[in-house]
Amino acid sequence: MEKNKQRDLSHTPSHIVATVLGTGFFLILSAIICFPVFAGLLASFRPGTELIRRGLALDLDVSTMTLDNYIYLFGGNQDSKKYFMWYKNSLIITFLSVLLTLLICYFVAYGLTMYKFKLQNFLFTLVLATMMVPFEILMLPMYKEIIAFGLIDTYTGVIITGLCSASTIFFFRQYMMGLPKDLLSAARIDGANEYYISVAIIMPLVKPAFASMGILCAMGSWNAILWPLLVLKGAEKFTLPIGLNTLLTPYGNNYDVLIAGSMFGILPIFIIFLIFQKYIIDGMTAGAVKG
Amino acid sequence: MKGKNFLYSQKVAPYVFVLPFILSFAFFWVYPLITAFTMSFQDIGAIKTDWVGFANYTKLLKDKVFMIAVANSTKYMFFTLVLLIPFPMLFAVLMDSNIVKAKGVWKAVLYMPALTSVVISGTLFRLMFSEYKTGQMNLITQAFGLGTYKWLKNGWSGMLALLVLACWRWTGVNMLYFISGLKSIDSSLYEAADIDGASPVQKFLYVTLPLLKPTTIYVLTISVYAGLSMFLESYMLWAGNSSPNNIGLTIVGYLYKRGIEKNDMGYACAVGVVLLIVALIINFAQLILNGTFKKEED
Repeated sequence: MEKNKQRDLSHTPSHIVATVLGTGFFLILSAIICFPVFAGLLASFRPGTELIRRGLALDLDVSTMTLDNYIYLFGGNQDSKKYFMWYKNSLIITFLSVLLTLLICYFVAYGLTMYKFKLQNFLFTLVLATMMVPFEILMLPMYKEIIAFGLIDTYTGVIITGLCSASTIFFFRQYMMGLPKDLLSAARIDGANEYYISVAIIMPLVKPAFASMGILCAMGSWNAILWPLLVLKGAEKFTLPIGLNTLLTPYGNNYDVLIAGSMFGILPIFIIFLIFQKYIIDGMTAGAVKG
Repeated sequence: MKGKNFLYSQKVAPYVFVLPFILSFAFFWVYPLITAFTMSFQDIGAIKTDWVGFANYTKLLKDKVFMIAVANSTKYMFFTLVLLIPFPMLFAVLMDSNIVKAKGVWKAVLYMPALTSVVISGTLFRLMFSEYKTGQMNLITQAFGLGTYKWLKNGWSGMLALLVLACWRWTGVNMLYFISGLKSIDSSLYEAADIDGASPVQKFLYVTLPLLKPTTIYVLTISVYAGLSMFLESYMLWAGNSSPNNIGLTIVGYLYKRGIEKNDMGYACAVGVVLLIVALIINFAQLILNGTFKKEED
């Protein structure tokens, strides 16, 4: 940006017009993209019955807005207790699955990258192969498997199937391939064992990859629907999306909680995104640059 | 002590590291994949399971509802490719140019829909496409003097709602993919093109487009997969897995309906196997297009 400013070109009238048009284009596009969530946010300050009657009206009249939905949501009543139970479940599942996925995928990628061994290429091909089959095909047999293991309606059942995420292993591997192998030999000469090296020497060097993948895993886990919908049966185990989904009745009697709860449910992931934006973009585009 | 030394040797350590993958691969990939195939040849009842050969597949070929699901998923996939590759690519080129200010803000805003759960976005879009006067789509038609329309009760407009939701969710994400692809293009190529007096359009066609090919193929592949296996968007837009005349039914929706709602696992697995075969054919086609196999020969 700064460099462009110094060029003579950037002060010509035609460039100024182009800048206004170019920036204006993204301003309008962003406004369109924001609309549904913004309208939802406005609706969360109006009674749920209004949502049925008036839809997502873009009504900025402050006098008709109330905090009632949020007061009710945080009010400690039956609905409020249920909602925060789901919220807590989502936080637990997200936390555990991010932590375990990162550790497991890091060590798998470490094994695949830092050593030379017989099955290395074969195993890496298998990692890639798992990416070629849509999850939905494995879903039903996996569901029966989880029942057979007695893991139905448990957090373990929700988390366990996704711990070895191929894309996470792939990203860690890409990242670690850039590290000098001398680090390992130097540490070995100092008498460090293989596992100590992987934790104490290499892991700190891979921190940015942990950040990128951690956020992507958290987003996926926080918003996961299909698999938790199959595994979790009891309302007291539901995650937030599954719980909110049960509020979608044709009668609309729950819309007070639904709309305020939805908006409050977006919050954690938005905050994380705004803080770690840079890492997310690095992580998600890792596969797209190398062909 | 001997056992400990064995585990700590450089020969054994890599296998210890990859062990979780091998276990997960066996339990949550190989086994379910094989089971999906075997189950597709079975009639799985509550008490007993019978081998029925290709009966599920022959039934599938005559199943009109399945054909609707395949048509819907294919149409959806096709239109998402048409809408979600060229436009995000152009947006990325524009974003990468020097005529856009406050880039960070726009990137963050355009990525926001991907962070929003489908439960929430589906609900919001259902309200916008509602058949009542207050739905945003009907507000637009009324502004043009046309009456209200039952958007989620007709085939074409139901598909439109799914596509609008898809565009809303993925435009920003795909744009970011293309931006990172653009970043990997050597800027000296553009300088050379400038010296040769190339116009912006020529630069796009002869420098940007060919060099974005790996990114384009990556986005193409994930879009094909996401398009063919779309389910939740439809599930949330129609508040459940049934839509009028199955206008929102997808292949995975049908798999879910048969396997979970009607507990006919064998038949559902046959649906899954068909989906897998289609996905693999498309995936191999892209690998060949991408020249992946050629590279290995070199």
